[in-house]
Amino acid sequence: MISWCAGILSSLLLLLAPLWAWAQQDGIFDEYRAMFGDDNPAVFVIDEGEELWFSKAGPNSTSLEGCDLGLGAGVVEGAYAQLPRYFADTDRVQDVESRLEHCMIELQGKTREEIHAKPYSLRGDLGTEMEALVAWLAEQSRGLAIAPGQAHPSERSSYELGEQLFYFRAGPHDFSCATCHGQSGKRIRLQSLPDLTAHEGAAEAYSSWPAYRISQGIVRTMGWRMRDCFRQQRMPELIMGSEAAVALQTYLAVNAAGATMAAPGLKR
Amino acid sequence: MTRMKTIKPLVLLCCFLINSALADEAAMLLKSSMADKNFVTLERVERDALQSFCSKPRSEEGDIETANALRESARAAVPMPTEDDFLGDWQRGEAVANNGRGLQYSDNPEQPNGGNCYACHQLDPDEVAYGTLGPSLTGYGARGQSLSMLEYTWIKLWNTHAYNVCSHMPRFGAAGILSEQQLKDVMAYLLDPRSPVNSGLSP
Amino acid sequence: MASRIRIRAQLKGDGCEVKALMRHPMETGLRKDQLGETIPARFITAVKVTHNDKIVLDAFWGAAVSANPFLGMRFKGGSVGDVVKVSWLDNQGDTGEGETQIR
Repeated sequence: MISWCAGILSSLLLLLAPLWAWAQQDGIFDEYRAMFGDDNPAVFVIDEGEELWFSKAGPNSTSLEGCDLGLGAGVVEGAYAQLPRYFADTDRVQDVESRLEHCMIELQGKTREEIHAKPYSLRGDLGTEMEALVAWLAEQSRGLAIAPGQAHPSERSSYELGEQLFYFRAGPHDFSCATCHGQSGKRIRLQSLPDLTAHEGAAEAYSSWPAYRISQGIVRTMGWRMRDCFRQQRMPELIMGSEAAVALQTYLAVNAAGATMAAPGLKR
Repeated sequence: MTRMKTIKPLVLLCCFLINSALADEAAMLLKSSMADKNFVTLERVERDALQSFCSKPRSEEGDIETANALRESARAAVPMPTEDDFLGDWQRGEAVANNGRGLQYSDNPEQPNGGNCYACHQLDPDEVAYGTLGPSLTGYGARGQSLSMLEYTWIKLWNTHAYNVCSHMPRFGAAGILSEQQLKDVMAYLLDPRSPVNSGLSP
Repeated sequence: MASRIRIRAQLKGDGCEVKALMRHPMETGLRKDQLGETIPARFITAVKVTHNDKIVLDAFWGAAVSANPFLGMRFKGGSVGDVVKVSWLDNQGDTGEGETQIR
């Protein structure tokens, strides 16, 4: 009998289904969140992202280590927090997802089609490479200030276009982002809505994505958040890393600038 | 009245012309950034005059003449039921008010659309999961069932912009989200004294 | 791309901290789908954690546990390189298993 293997159970945490309904109320969600302590299932996804970054993949059998996310090839620490920004090699303002796509194509030889086939998990999926990479990269910016580029004219026009898109009302329901996220202290059903036009609300939202969504059992990225908001606005599907996706994230990131990145977070 | 009708299209045209180039660029950008999904196509990116007018960032203000013209054309296009035909079945209306599905690419287009009233409004005082983007409508039936109340409520549901241009509320009738029968059922849910919306009112 | 269980085991103080994420729908048997049909019950009924083949946790679970359950536990002892295994059995006889080394 090996004594150091006593098998004493000192803590056991289970997520209980009946807490779900309550979890949607903010105060109670905070309590629920506190039960996790430092635990966030995203840690597993972060590990996967790290492995993916360093593993050889694609027709060129190359890792992503040579990928320049804005701070130089292979520099990942702090890179997420300074996106979106302008990249001279593509002559575009890019978010983390469109930049990763660029590197997967240029370095690894992957095709745009395969990258776009399923960048975000569908219900019941176990996670995608894009989600894992973004989770790991966000982790490399945890605790750093959100500082998107605004020095280049393209970066400023991306912000202005993002603002226009934020207020763009269309579709059968006449919804825009501002319909739900243009005022503070409001909620849909029991879900409270951050005011993304103000620093406080934008900071709260931008700093906490990507996040592990408990209700979906998956890490979701800010790009997915944009796409799913448009789905709820009754609009067509937003293309990952598209100019509109980048412009809206630029708008949010600039409104949130100065706040501290705390992602991957843990959400309802 | 006839003179107004001829002026309106001109006013709307002006509204388009003065729209900033940035807004046009945003529209094109959005179209090139989206893809058809299931039954939802890029046509939905196209905006009508009202949507364009109401898409201005908070800092920009629309002009009052255009707002008035949009309000009047919204009001003029509302089909009005006969006086004894405004109210349907409040129980069916309750189901419409609770149903948040419809017209998203993830929804089944064979199923009827919901009104999703609870997303934004408090109605039945016993329902705790209500949103606050719109005002509470609990006890709405206290306003009575005079013809003017019936007409007001109908118009508000059909096309809210007939009263309040750029209100956040969808045009449930004008945009074809709900059928006339569904709207009458929602009318009953709001106004019928037996509806739980009015359970707090003394009989 | 991932196994049905992700596990992490780390030495902390005089013991080992185990964290595991299980991929499972945990259907209660009470939910209905969009067409009103009852979704059959499918949930984990038993979970075992072993350390070098010795059981350190033997648990009975039920339908009240959430989808994709996240398990956190500690046991005394353990050293770097030891094998920690987590396995589950559900009411339909389906099983899942994963292992990692303590680090």
